[in-house]
Parts: sequence; C-alpha cells; structure tokens
Amino acid sequence: MSSNSFAYNEQSGGGEATELGQEATSTISPSGAFGLFSSDLKKNEDLKQMLESNKDSAKLDAMKRIVGMIAKGKNASELFPAVVKNVASKNIEIKKLVYVYLVRYAEEQQDLALLSISTFQRALKDPNQLIRASALRVLSSIRVPIIVPIMMLAIKEAAADLSPYVRKNAAHAIQKLYSLDPEQKEMLIEVIEKLLKDKSILVAGSVVMAFEEVCPDRIDLIHKNYRKLCNLLVDVEEWGQVVIIHMLTRYARTQFVSPWREDDGLEDNEKSFYDSDDEQKEKTDKRKKPYTMDPDHRLLIRNTKPLLQSRNAAVVMAVAQLYWHISPKSEAGIISKSLVRLLRSNREVQYIVLQNIATMSIQRKGMFEPYLKSFYVRSTDPTMIKTLKLEILTNLANEANISTLLREFQTYVKSQDKQFAAATIQTIGRCATNISEVTDTCLSGLVCLLSNRDEIVVAESVVVIKKLLQMQPAQHGEIIKHMAKLLDSITVPVARASILWLIGENCERVPKIAPDVLRKMAKSFTSEDDLVKLQILNLGAKLYLTNSKQTKLLTQYILNLGKYDQNYDIRDRTRFIRQLIVPNEKSGALSKYAKKIFLAQKPAPLLESPFKDRDHFQLGTLSHTLNAKAAGYLELSNWPEVAPDPSVRNVEVIDLAKEWTPAGKAKNENPTKKFYSESEEEEDSSDSSSDSGSESGSESGEEDEEGDSSEDSSEDSSSEPESESGHQSDTENRRAAKRNSKTKGKGDSKDGKKENEKSKTSDSSNAESSSVEESSSDSESESESESESESRKVTKEKEKKAKQDRNRLATDASLLDLDDFNPVSTPVALPTPALSPSLIADLEGLNLSTSSSVISENIGMISSKGNKSSPSKECAKKGQPRSAAEGRPHS
Amino acid sequence: MIHSLFLINSSGDIFLEKHWKSVVSRSVCDYFFEAQERATEAENVPPVIPTPHHYLLSVYRHKIFFVAVIQTEVPPLFVIEFLHRVVDTFQDYFGVCSEPVIKDNVVVVYEVLEEMLDNGFPLATESNILKELIKPPTILRTVVNTITGSTNVGDQLPTGQLSVVPWRRTGVKYTNNEAYFDVVEEIDAIIDKSGSTITAEIQGVIDACVKLTGMPDLTLSFMNPRLLDDVSFHPCVRFKRWESERILSFIPPDGNFRLLSYHVSAQNLVAIPVYVKHNISFRDSTSLGRFEITVGPKQTMGKTIEGVIVTSQMPKGVLNMSLSPSQGTHTFDPVTKMLSWDVGKINPQKLPSLKGTVSLQAGASRPDENPTINLQFKIQQLAISGLFTPHKPGLFWTLQGSWN
Repeated sequence: MSSNSFAYNEQSGGGEATELGQEATSTISPSGAFGLFSSDLKKNEDLKQMLESNKDSAKLDAMKRIVGMIAKGKNASELFPAVVKNVASKNIEIKKLVYVYLVRYAEEQQDLALLSISTFQRALKDPNQLIRASALRVLSSIRVPIIVPIMMLAIKEAAADLSPYVRKNAAHAIQKLYSLDPEQKEMLIEVIEKLLKDKSILVAGSVVMAFEEVCPDRIDLIHKNYRKLCNLLVDVEEWGQVVIIHMLTRYARTQFVSPWREDDGLEDNEKSFYDSDDEQKEKTDKRKKPYTMDPDHRLLIRNTKPLLQSRNAAVVMAVAQLYWHISPKSEAGIISKSLVRLLRSNREVQYIVLQNIATMSIQRKGMFEPYLKSFYVRSTDPTMIKTLKLEILTNLANEANISTLLREFQTYVKSQDKQFAAATIQTIGRCATNISEVTDTCLSGLVCLLSNRDEIVVAESVVVIKKLLQMQPAQHGEIIKHMAKLLDSITVPVARASILWLIGENCERVPKIAPDVLRKMAKSFTSEDDLVKLQILNLGAKLYLTNSKQTKLLTQYILNLGKYDQNYDIRDRTRFIRQLIVPNEKSGALSKYAKKIFLAQKPAPLLESPFKDRDHFQLGTLSHTLNAKAAGYLELSNWPEVAPDPSVRNVEVIDLAKEWTPAGKAKNENPTKKFYSESEEEEDSSDSSSDSGSESGSESGEEDEEGDSSEDSSEDSSSEPESESGHQSDTENRRAAKRNSKTKGKGDSKDGKKENEKSKTSDSSNAESSSVEESSSDSESESESESESESRKVTKEKEKKAKQDRNRLATDASLLDLDDFNPVSTPVALPTPALSPSLIADLEGLNLSTSSSVISENIGMISSKGNKSSPSKECAKKGQPRSAAEGRPHS
Repeated sequence: MIHSLFLINSSGDIFLEKHWKSVVSRSVCDYFFEAQERATEAENVPPVIPTPHHYLLSVYRHKIFFVAVIQTEVPPLFVIEFLHRVVDTFQDYFGVCSEPVIKDNVVVVYEVLEEMLDNGFPLATESNILKELIKPPTILRTVVNTITGSTNVGDQLPTGQLSVVPWRRTGVKYTNNEAYFDVVEEIDAIIDKSGSTITAEIQGVIDACVKLTGMPDLTLSFMNPRLLDDVSFHPCVRFKRWESERILSFIPPDGNFRLLSYHVSAQNLVAIPVYVKHNISFRDSTSLGRFEITVGPKQTMGKTIEGVIVTSQMPKGVLNMSLSPSQGTHTFDPVTKMLSWDVGKINPQKLPSLKGTVSLQAGASRPDENPTINLQFKIQQLAISGLFTPHKPGLFWTLQGSWN
C-alpha cells in the first residue's frame, strides 16, 4: 500500500518533466516582469516554477495549491501547460492531482490536453488494475471530442478486462462517451449488452446505470439477464441496488400481467380478507381465469424484500416503490413499516419519504392507518415537515379516528408557527367535508377560532368556513352575521373577500345586513385590495338584482369608482357588470338573465389533496417530488393485457449462470451446522480468553502468509475441490447439500404458503450457498489470476454441464429460490408485546459470540485462525454479566 | 447523476465546488440563495429546488449546506443519502465536519470526493475502502510524509473493492483485539398537558467499534428478538440468517460503524421515567406573569437521571424572564425567545425547580397558548425496551416531550 518505491524516483520523474517542459520554460521564465501588474499573476508564476522544479515535494505543493484554487472556484486554467507535463509523474499523489486538474480544465484547453493522451493509453495497459481504471476514468472524463475513437477503443478493451473494477469503470465511461458523442450509441449498446452479461456484483449497478442512460428502451437486452440481476441484487452495493430496482420496476411493468385484481379497485383490498370463502369462490368463478403470477415476477418481489431492511434510505424507498407499483396489493403492506422507520432520519429524507407516503395514503389508506401516530407533528419539526404530516393525517382521517385527530389538530392550531396553524385550519376544513359526521363539529370549532387573537388564524378560518358553508348553504345565517361583523376588524384581503362573497351569495338570507355591509364597503372601496374590490363589485351586483330599492345608488357609486380604477381587471369587471345589470336600450337578451347568472347555484369547491395528481409519476422519483416531469424521466408503462412470452428470460446455460453468479451475502452463509458447532466449541473454551494476547501474537505471523496465499488458495479450493485447502470437507458438505437440495427444500417450505409453484423450485438457499464458493473465487480469480482463469472457466463449464444433467429438474428453476418466502398478507402491524417496566429487569440481555474461525473459503480467505481469541468471546457465555460484552475493553 | 457539488456556509459563501461532469457555473446557486431567503430558517430550505436547467438537492448539516446539482431524473433520496454519506465520511476523516476543517484539508477532501463519485455515480463510499485509497491526515503521517516523501494516496486497489465484503479492509492487525458495542435507546414521546402520553416509541441503535484481527465472523443473538419491531442493518449483516434464525451474523467493518438500528413500538405502555410540572399564569391587569417548572423522576428503577436539559420556546410577546433555578443554570435568549435550563442530575430528595416571573412586552396581549416544553435526559445503564439487560454504560435516552 505504500508508495515508497515511487517516492525516491524524483530524479527520473523530474527529469522527464523538465524535458517535456523545456519549451514552456524558456518562454515563461522572463515573465517575472509582469509581477508588477497583478500579484495574482505573480503567484501563478511561482506555481509554474514549482511545477517545473525537479523536486516532487515542490511539485506536490504546487499541485495542492492549484487544487485549492480549483476548489474555491478560482480560475487556474493558465497553468495548464505547466500542469499537463506532470501527468506522467511517478508520484501517485501528484498524478492524481494532475488528473483532477485535467478533468476540470481539459474541456477548455483541448489542444494541450491531447498531450496527455498517450500517457493514459500507456497506463491503460498497466498491470496494476487501479492504474488502468483511473487512466480510463480520466481519459473518459476529459471531454475532448477528438479522442472519441480512442475512448471507444479503450472502453471496448476495458469491458473485456479481467478486473471487475476496470469493467465497472468501463461502464461509467460508456455514459461519459455517450454524453460527449451520442453518435456512438449503437457501438455503446453493444458494449452494454456485453457488460450486462457480466456476473460480477461490482459491475451490475454501473452497467444498469449506463443502460438507463443510453438505451432505456432496449428492454430486450434485459430479458436474458433478468433472473441473474434479481439474484445478484442483495449483494450489489447500495447505490447499484437503487438503480437496478428502478430499472426492474419498469421492466416488470412491461413484461408481466397485472397482479391487481379488478375488485381491488382503488381501495385496499382488505375487504377480500374478510370475505367469506363462498364469496371468494364466487368471485373467482366470475373472473374465469384465475390469476397466477409469473414465477419471474414473484422472484423479483421476493428478492427485493430483504432490502427493506437496508440502512440506505434510497434503497428502502426504491423497494417500497417497487412493491407499490408491481406487487399484489395485499403484499404492499409490508413497506409501510420500513417507510415509517425512515421518518426517524434526517429532515431531508423525511421530506421525500413523507411526500411519497402522502401520495400512497390517498390511494390505499389502509396501508398507513396503523401508523397514524407516527405522523403526529412534533413541535421541533421544520414547517415543511409539519405540513406534509398534516397532509397525511388528513388523508388517513376516517370516521373512526377523526375525533382523536381533531383533538390533535386543536393543539396544532395553537402552534406558534402561524403558517402551520393556518395549514391546520385548512386541514380541519378538508376533514369536515370528507367526513360528514363531523362537519358540524368542525364548523363550530372554526367559528370559535374566529374570535382568536391572531389575525392569520382568523383569516384562514374565514376562508375555510366560506368553503364549508358553500357546501351546505342551509341555515347558517348566524355564522354569516358573525362574519359580517368581522369585516370591521379583519384586514387580510383573502378573508375580507371571502366574507363579502359569502354575504353576496346569501344576501337574501341576511336582508338587513347585506346592504349595510355594501354601504361600509363603498366608503372604503378605494383603499381596498384588488381582490376585495372585485368582491365588492360582485356584492353590489347581487344586491342590485335582489334588492335594488335600497342599493341602486350605492351600486352605481361603486361602479363609478370601479370604472376609473387603476387595475384593468377591475375596470373590465365594472364594465361587464354595468352592461349586464343596468337595463338600457342597448343591452341585449343577456341582462334578462342577469339574476340567474349572478345567483346561480354554484358547485361547492372540492377540497382536494395537493397530492391527488401525483400518482401518475413513479414513486420515489424526482418528478414525483416536483410534481413535474424532470428531464430524462422514464414513464412507467401500464400493465400489458397479455403477458409477453416469458420464455425470453430463459437462459440456456441456466446452470452455468447460476454457478457463476456471485451470490454475495448468501454466499457468506455457511451451513448452519457449522455455525452451531463452532459456537458450542467456543462456549466450552470460553475461559481461555486470557490467552488471547499470546495467540494474537502468533496469529499475526500467520496473517502475513495468508495475505499472500489467500488468493491462490481460494482459486484452487473452488475450481478444484480436490485441492488440499482447509475447508475441503466443508465444500463437500455443501455439494452434498446441494444434491439433496430437493428434499431438504421441501422440508423448509413446509410452513407452507404458495406450495404450488414451489415443489420443484424448492431450494434456493442451498443452491445459492452451493454457488458460493464458485462465485467468490470467481471474483477473486478474475481480479488477479489473469492468465489462467479463462481457460479454467471453460473446463469448469464442462464440468457443470455434466452435473447439470443429473439434477436438471432442480436446477431448472433453481434460480427462483422460493423457499424462504412467505408473502406477508396483512398490512396491519401486529402490536408488539409491550412490556411493563418491572419485566425489563427480568428480560435477558444480549448474547454476543464470536465464531472465531468461521471465515471461510467463501470469501476466499483462510484467515480462520486469525482471531481465535476475540475479546468479547467470553461474554458469549450465558449467565455472565453482560456488561462485559458492551462498552468495556477486554483482554 | 450528480453533476456538481457546492458547499455553502451559513453566511452564504460558496467555499468549495467540485464538478464531476462539465463545469456548472456557480451562479446556479443563486436559485438556492433565493429559496434560502424565502425560507427564513435554514431548516426550512426545501431539499429539492427546481431551476430552469438544473435541480438543486441539498442537505443541511453542521451549519453547512451541501448542494448537489442534478440535470436529469434521479431518485432524490439517492442524492440526499449520498450527500449525508459525504458528510459522514468527512466526519470520519477529520473528526469534525466544519468549514475551517474542510478548507484546511481541501486537497484530501478533493481526493476523497474524486474517489466517491465517478461521472456522478457513487464509486466507493465505504470508509474502509476510502481510507485505503486516501489515508486520513494525521500529524504523524504529515511528518513522515515530509521526511520520506511518501504520500497519502494508496497505489493499489483496496482488496475490499473486489471482494464480497467491500466494507472490510484486508490485512487488519491488532495486538489487542477488542470489540465495543454501545446500545443507545431513545424514547420519543409526546405528552399532553394533563400528563398522559399521546405517542411514545423507542428507537435504538447499536453502534460498534470493532478492532479485530483478520476476517472475524461474528454472531450476535438477542434473547428476545420478538421485541424488535423493525430493524435496519449495516450491509454486512446477513439478511437471510436474520430472517430465518433471528441471529445477527456478520463480518464487521474495521473500526466504528452502526451495526443496526431498531424500533420498538411500545404504544402507550412505555413508562416515561420523568415528569414535569409546570405552571404559568398571567395576571390580566399587569404585564407580569408567574412561571414555575419542576422536574421529577418516576419509575427509574433506582437509576439516576442525568444530563437533564429543559428547553422551551416562549411566546413572542414575552419580553424577558427573571428566574431562579434551585439547581443548574438557565438562559433566556430575548431574540429567539428560547428558554433553556441545564438541570444536570436529578436528586429525588430535592426536586429541581425553576421559578420566577415573566414580563411581557408592554401592550402585548396575554399569550393564549402555553409554550411547549422539550426535555432531554440520559439514564446510564438502563434500556427501556427490555431488549437488553440493564448493565450497559453508554446507554441513554432522549425524551422529547411537549406539554401543550
């Protein structure tokens, strides 16, 4: 890891640089004279000199300063010639910093950037994979169109590189080249196709990313890799998981038929749970064709489920949206718990998650009802979180919980955050309209708020009451009178306008007050807000039509004022109203109907959730958050009526694919037997922890050897199980296990849901664990054992084929490991047993055990002896004070 | 994916910029500043801001805005989660993540950012791997480097990158093998003014510091895993084993990491170990009011309650408060109207209280709502969930109560 070997190469490195830079030096050196003009220029001069010195330390200092300049956004482009010479520096840190510089400025200085290309081309052939990879990274990042063919060539080569890390970088380079020159699309798709076949977990995420960016419509490229991607998913790094899940969601929507039964409708299909069997039967009969889920569809749903437990919020959200969009509605319930968990995270995460929950809660209330209390607002939440929570609470409100909610809302209204208080009032209004039982309660509550001291609260209440009254215009004369009185005190324009509108609309119900209000408003007309002025005009017109005796003059006065108003809207409205209501010879047929026009029954406004229309965006996307299509948004297609041919996903060499699939975490899974036996062993010997010091001493010696030999041995152990690695017996165990897989698998799935599909596909964990050694060694061998591995693969394949015949049946479906799956059908959370404090003391502690030597061929390491004496071991013993396990240093 | 990153301090200066694709002018941040102005408070700045050609996704931590510039559709959580990871990495590297520290270590920051993203897509985010590629700066290393001329940059691909345990360094050696596990449980409750609990939930995390040689494979079993309502794991934990046996089996990363976080939904039955009595009254005629708060323990099972901090946001009309605490110190900020009282330990024999008068602004009407009171406290060696036996140091709860 140390780069000492390079560190002393100053001489040669420096020499090279000077050679390269001779030309530049000669022209630059006399430029000290310019120093007078700007100190900045001068500073750059000494940077140049430092870069041209023979000392690496000086160069490094200079580069560091330059990077500092770049970071601050200062222009350092004039140093380009001086910097680019150092691209071949032997000092790795200088080199890296030069790369940073190049990527930043090459686009501006294309000609000079070309000087560096040959260095990268050379580095692309370097035996060190890190150097090959970083050369490819920089080469593809410098965005100089002339080198497109070189890039193309480099990408093609890198895509076939033996190191998965280099191939990963190739996948990234594809996107860069595509954005630089979209003409290359066809060629790049070929490379993508090739990389999609890659079995390395390292590559999977990146190549799918490239796929999404370059050719998201070429869904046909996915078919053959679909099952592999599903199976790899758990082990891909977090970021790759997000991208793959999003892609697979789209894929599933084009390839499988809808699992949503029609009777699910919009609401949750809770109903069908409680339906009696007979009814259920009837329904099925009616449907004629009972729906059976494509096993591949099931595979995806099942393999993503554990990812709900990921620590990465983006992964959890991705799985949640996958369940939302493609799983049967009865199974989507499991995501709510995980999403609610994310609400404990940072405010930014909360914000996005709450937005998505808001959309979901409109369509399927049942999903989040059990978590109602998680959405209660905390006084410390930022306003934007508070309003989102309110939104969700409103969506979840129903007859059963509304009374608790209203009590909660009452507290919110008193909040010091006035914006939030106003939003709460809106919310109460929405609840009142949605749930007819509480309309009256809400209304009286809102009327109480009219006497609140805070004007914003009052104004908001007025607006909401207006909407509510409009919905049931019956006997609310009292409230209207009350509000008319408010006109004297309230100043918020929206509220004033609302009151005026309400009086105008109900002018026949309050015949005494209405004209008086108009009189007052006529007085203050000129000083009102535009919004209010319009409503005054409306009120005038309505009164003129119903009660012209008292208000004729007033209205005409107002119309005259309006005629000369500054705002053209008001002038227009005035003209329009005058023509309509004041009869004159020119007035047409319309004025006969003026009364009908002005006092028509107006439909009540629908108080809707602002999240109502977001559901056409895929959840978890930027477009959904913005409620607008973002650039590059990919539509989620509707389910096809008839499923496309599922056989396209069949992979001929299915066995092979399986064997070569690094199944990652599953891979680490040792046969349980082993774990148990080990831990027992350990408990027996738990007292021996005192030797740890001495043992660890000897270990470290072993370690060294191991480090060297691990790769070799792991290769051996996997490709030729006969080789004498320590774990051979284990390996064989596992092979045996695999052979037995069929029977065992059946036993596993005894608890029994979905028996039907499973009988042949029963065992997965076994299959996976069997693939374990192969795959892990695969990644290792690919990385290091360049030369041999190819040939070995071939022979291995042959072996596999032979074996395949034997258990054809089992393997055929073995990619669909279904055993451990049980579809969670209830969206309702089971109440966890709560505990009384007295119990706590009785409850047991945590039991920590280190299975010291477990490590395993799986990871291709023989480090098993490495840590026989881990300190916490003794805590593994039950009954010992647990305090030892936690927090205190040991040994 | 992520196009560029700008770091903006609280006074609105862009003090670092990094681009992974073509350079995006820093003028794009003007849209951000606009939004910031509109939001008044830093925490109300929307995390996603659309602009005509870009989208700005930001997180706010340690008084720094991390603003990522996006051009095309991308899951917003992807970016947000990544930005948080960047902050965590900085913290891991430099101990703290603050403007001066980032400025001092700008080269390392740049190198790290370069490794974390390629073309805007995360490349290496595991701190174990990053630390092999770019070593964190220490004084010793700086000295050594100046003498020997070696660098902070690794020249070999960290083997973890290629293995199936990318989070772990290889070749780890310790003379003292040790592992620490800290269990921290937080109880989060809302309590109404009559003292009844509206919601209460327990959130716990297990933070580990593992310093073990080689490739240790650990298992951790719970005596009562049923209690865990919902868990999320570090990627090192094997999902399948958990699903089937409820055992945590994992190869740990080297150093500090968060093993898992869990949730125990205890509904209303959590016994909150403290109570607060408060009394605020205003006399109508004068602009003075009485104020009194008492904090007391209940059901602590003999443990002392420590680190008690009471904060309360007073109504706007409050001009000043003259209070005298029976113990601890208190402050009142007349600008933000925030009262905070650092109580310290609670002595059950002599309950701490804070008494005094509140003076209102002249002419201001009597506040109609009672202020909410937040309470934080710690209890060592007690786990409320009952998941663990109560013998562990480093265990504390935070209770957030609001009495309305």
